[in-house]
Amino acid sequence: MDQILDLAATNLLSPIILSFALGIAAALARSDLNIPEAVAKGMSIYLLFAIGFKGGASVADHGIDTTLALSLLGGIVLSAALPLIAFALLQVMGNLSRLDAAAVAAHYGSISIVTFVAATSVLDSSGITSEGYMVAVAAAMEAPAILSALWLISRGGDARRMDNDLLREIMLNGSIVLLVGSFFIGWITGADGMAKIEAFIVSPFQGVLCLFLLDMGLVAGRGLRNSSGVLTPGVLAFGVVMPLVGATLGLATGVLLGVSTGGVALFMVLSASASYIAVPAAMRVALPEANPSIYLTLSLGVTFPFNLTLGIPIYLAVASALTGGQP
Amino acid sequence: METHKAKRVAIIIEQVMQSRLTDAMSSAGVTGWSVLPVLGGSGRSGAWSREGQVTRGAGMVQVVCVVRPDRIDDLLDAAFAVVERHIGIVTIGDCEVLRAERF
Repeated sequence: MDQILDLAATNLLSPIILSFALGIAAALARSDLNIPEAVAKGMSIYLLFAIGFKGGASVADHGIDTTLALSLLGGIVLSAALPLIAFALLQVMGNLSRLDAAAVAAHYGSISIVTFVAATSVLDSSGITSEGYMVAVAAAMEAPAILSALWLISRGGDARRMDNDLLREIMLNGSIVLLVGSFFIGWITGADGMAKIEAFIVSPFQGVLCLFLLDMGLVAGRGLRNSSGVLTPGVLAFGVVMPLVGATLGLATGVLLGVSTGGVALFMVLSASASYIAVPAAMRVALPEANPSIYLTLSLGVTFPFNLTLGIPIYLAVASALTGGQP
Repeated sequence: METHKAKRVAIIIEQVMQSRLTDAMSSAGVTGWSVLPVLGGSGRSGAWSREGQVTRGAGMVQVVCVVRPDRIDDLLDAAFAVVERHIGIVTIGDCEVLRAERF
């Protein structure tokens, strides 16, 4: 417990978390602080490219092993299974319609790449290494949850078809293309490639992440301000309980696959996080009757801050304790 | 100068539905349209603003087109099939154009 509290305290006082807190506070106080849309988009492109490239370069450095394919498979199974658990939990904890519950469940099967980026940053600060291919696992976990949510709806007699356009938009959304593409560039160019662009993608990374999380804090704060009263206490509690359930399944998967302490922690983070970029867009197309205020407020306003502040230290401490690694 | 009667259709719809709508308009024989960004607003799903949106799903656009009056029904049938289940507003107004053959 002391270990978790130490990690949580260190994490809470890190520049990235304090930047996020500043964004939330500014939005709740109705400050006119604003990050221009193009700047926010530019920062997200930088972060995705940097994290993908570093993952690929790490795989080139350490080589691939049999756990890569198994980890990808494990990630896909987790992403497909988590919405079923989330849906069942929402039936107990929330009083949502079947459509709203399925839409929320899809978000919790998919992943938040920003939470993943923040977690890798915490791992780096703690001197813990992880498998570079976890970036590819993150990309693989984006889409299966959406199919599970549509299946949940079809079981209720309301068949929703996944048309080809939607499938293409999900599989080829900009985040996945950039993440996977930069991963392969890093893998192909390896240490030489890393040496050439290291000054660009390593040193400025933390500073850019701070500004990006400031923007995320502003968005989350505005969402909370505009959606007060949308979430019932049961649904709010789901936003904290579901990440812990997901993290437990991620822990089991990581330990079963025999990945490193950092890899287990990242499996937990990926399983605990909820999407707020790819899945909301897919839900607006496939399940337009579901209320976006519920799933966006829950994933961005409740689960994302929870994971960022308390979740990541908890997952890292648990992964360290169970795998014998050092946090 | 001689002018000709036409119909101006403005459809505010979620950004993710834009290409589906314009594809349907194309299939209905509409040859031209303009897409305008919507900065923010408020409706049955609550208030929203384009500022700092992290998801493509939350933004909205306005698709505007001008057609000859005899083509309005085909356009509305095609557009409604796309927008029926979605958040948005469809408005139709009378207007006049100088070059009728273009619409």
